Amino acid sequence: MAERRRIVPYFLLGPGTVWLLLFFVVPLFYMGYLSLESGIVGSLSFSWNWGNYSDALSLYDTQFLRSFLYSGLATLICLLVSYPLAYTIAFRAGRWRNALLFAVVAPFFTTYLIRTLAWETILSDQSPAVDALRLIGLVPADGHVLATGSAVIAGLVYNFLPFMILPIYASLEQIDQRLIEAAKDLYASSRAAFWRVTLPLSAPGIVAGTLLTFIPASGDYVNAQFLGSAGNQMIGNVIQSLYKTQLDYPAAAALSFVLMAIIMAVVLIYIRFAGSEALMGEDKL
Amino acid sequence: MRGAWRWLREHAVNIVAALVVVYMLIPIAVILVFSFNDPAGKYNFTWVGFTLSHWGNAFGIPELNSALLTSLKLALLATLVSTAIGTLMALALVRHQFHGRRAANLLIVVPMATPEIVMGASLLSFFIILGAPGLGFQTLLIAHVMFCISFVVVVVRSRLIGFDRNLEEAARDLGANSFETFRLVTLPLIMPGILGGALLAFALSIDDFVISNFNSGTTVTFPLYIYGAAQRGIPVEVNVIAMILFGVTVLAMGFTVWQQRRAEKLSEARPEQEAALPIPAGAAEAA
Repeated sequence: MAERRRIVPYFLLGPGTVWLLLFFVVPLFYMGYLSLESGIVGSLSFSWNWGNYSDALSLYDTQFLRSFLYSGLATLICLLVSYPLAYTIAFRAGRWRNALLFAVVAPFFTTYLIRTLAWETILSDQSPAVDALRLIGLVPADGHVLATGSAVIAGLVYNFLPFMILPIYASLEQIDQRLIEAAKDLYASSRAAFWRVTLPLSAPGIVAGTLLTFIPASGDYVNAQFLGSAGNQMIGNVIQSLYKTQLDYPAAAALSFVLMAIIMAVVLIYIRFAGSEALMGEDKL
Repeated sequence: MRGAWRWLREHAVNIVAALVVVYMLIPIAVILVFSFNDPAGKYNFTWVGFTLSHWGNAFGIPELNSALLTSLKLALLATLVSTAIGTLMALALVRHQFHGRRAANLLIVVPMATPEIVMGASLLSFFIILGAPGLGFQTLLIAHVMFCISFVVVVVRSRLIGFDRNLEEAARDLGANSFETFRLVTLPLIMPGILGGALLAFALSIDDFVISNFNSGTTVTFPLYIYGAAQRGIPVEVNVIAMILFGVTVLAMGFTVWQQRRAEKLSEARPEQEAALPIPAGAAEAA
C-alpha cells in the first residue's frame, strides 16, 4: 500500500508533465537550434551561426528598446491606476464588490482583437473621445491619437489592466484588518498606516501584477499593429513578420530567444529584490 | 470651496477607481453600440445610423460561421483535455509528497511567465523542423492544450487547498472505499474549481490569437478571421457575434459562481469549521 501511494503522484503528474515537456520545453530547444542555422528556406543547415544573433540585435535594436519602453511605461501606468481600484474593491466597495470585480474581468469575455479594434474606433480622428481630449488641451487642435506611441501604450494598459488589478486585489483582500486597526491604535495616521502596513503587506500582489503585465506586454504586437504606425513597431511585430511573411526563420528564432532571455533576466533580477513567493505560489501549499 | 476640496481629497481613491472602471467598460460599450451601426462603406469605424439588420443576419456570413465553428470545436477539445490533465496535476501537487515537486511547480509556472509570441514561435520552429504533423487543427489543439494546462492547475489547486480533508475521512469511516470517496465526496466538492478551470481554459482558447497565428497553417479560427478581415474591413456581424459570446460567457460565469456558493454551503454544514474555510476565488488566483 505504501509502495503504491508513492508512485500515485507520478501517475497523476504524468500526462501534464509529458505534454508540457514535449510541447513547451522541447520546442524551445528546437527554436535554439533553428536560430543557429544558416541559409534560406528550403536549404537551411545547422552551422552554429551566431551571426544570426548579432545581426538580429544590430538590425532591430530600436524595436527592442521600444518594446521595453512601451511595456515598462504601460506596466507603471497599470500599477498606478490599478492600486486605487483594487483598494476600493477590497476595502470600500461593500455590496458593490462583486459588480466591480465583474467590471474588471468583463473585458476577458470579449475577444482580444475586437477589444483592440474598438480602441481603433475610440481613438480615431473623428471620435468624440479625441475631440474631448482636444478640448481640454491634452491633444493639439489638429493632433492625432491613433497611430502614435501613446495609442499603443493606452491599448497595452487597457488589455493588461486586469492582470494587475486581480493579484493586487487578492493580496489586499487577504490582509488581516486587525493589523491596520492595531497601527491606528498605536497612533499611526491613516496615511502612515497605509504606507507602513497596508502597502508592504500587498507587495506580493504588486510583484505578481507587474510581472503578469510586463511579460505579455513586452511580447505583444497586436496593439502596435492596430493602434500604432510603422514608427511604433515593437519586437513582436518584427518576429511575427520574419516568421510569417519573410520566412527568415533563423533571424526570427534568434530574436525570439533574445526576447525571452531579456525577459527572464528582468524577471530574475526583479524576483531577487521582491521575493519569489508571489510568482511561485509555494507558500500556499 | 474648501468643503469641495476636502470632499475631493477624501474620495480621490474612489474617483480614480470609478474612472478606471469606465475605462475598462468603454470598449465593450463601443462594440455593442457599433453592432447596431449601419456603416456606409466597408469600415465600421464611424457611426452612421441604427439598424437591427446585422443582428438578424448574425450567422449569415459562411466564412465567419466556419471560423466560429472551428474555434468552438477547438476550445471544447482543448478545454476537455487540459482540464482533465490539469486536475490530475493539481491533485498530485496538493495531495501528495514526492520528489521533484519544485521542478513540477516550475514546469507549470514558466509557461505562464513566457510571452505568447515566444511560445508560438518555438512551437512553430518545432513543427517546421519536424515537418510533421502539417500545420492545422491538430497543431492548434496541441498548442491550446499546452497553454491552458497551467491555468487549470492554478485554479483547481486553489480550490483543493481550501478543502476539508476530514470530510473524506468521515466517508471512509462510514465504509466507502477510495474510489467511492473520490466520486461521492471529493469530486462534488472540488467540482466548482474544476468548472472554474475549464471555463478559464475555454475563454483562453477561444480568444487566443498570437499562438494560433503561428501554428494554424490554413485553418481559420474566430480571432484569425477577425485579423484577416481587419485589413479589408470587418463585417458588423463580428461585433454581433462578439456580443453573443459575451452574453454566453457571462451566463456561464454566473453559473459557476452559483455552483461555488452552493458547494461552500455544503461544506459549511459543520458550523465549527466555518471560520477555517478560506476559499480563494479561482478567477483572481489564475489571473
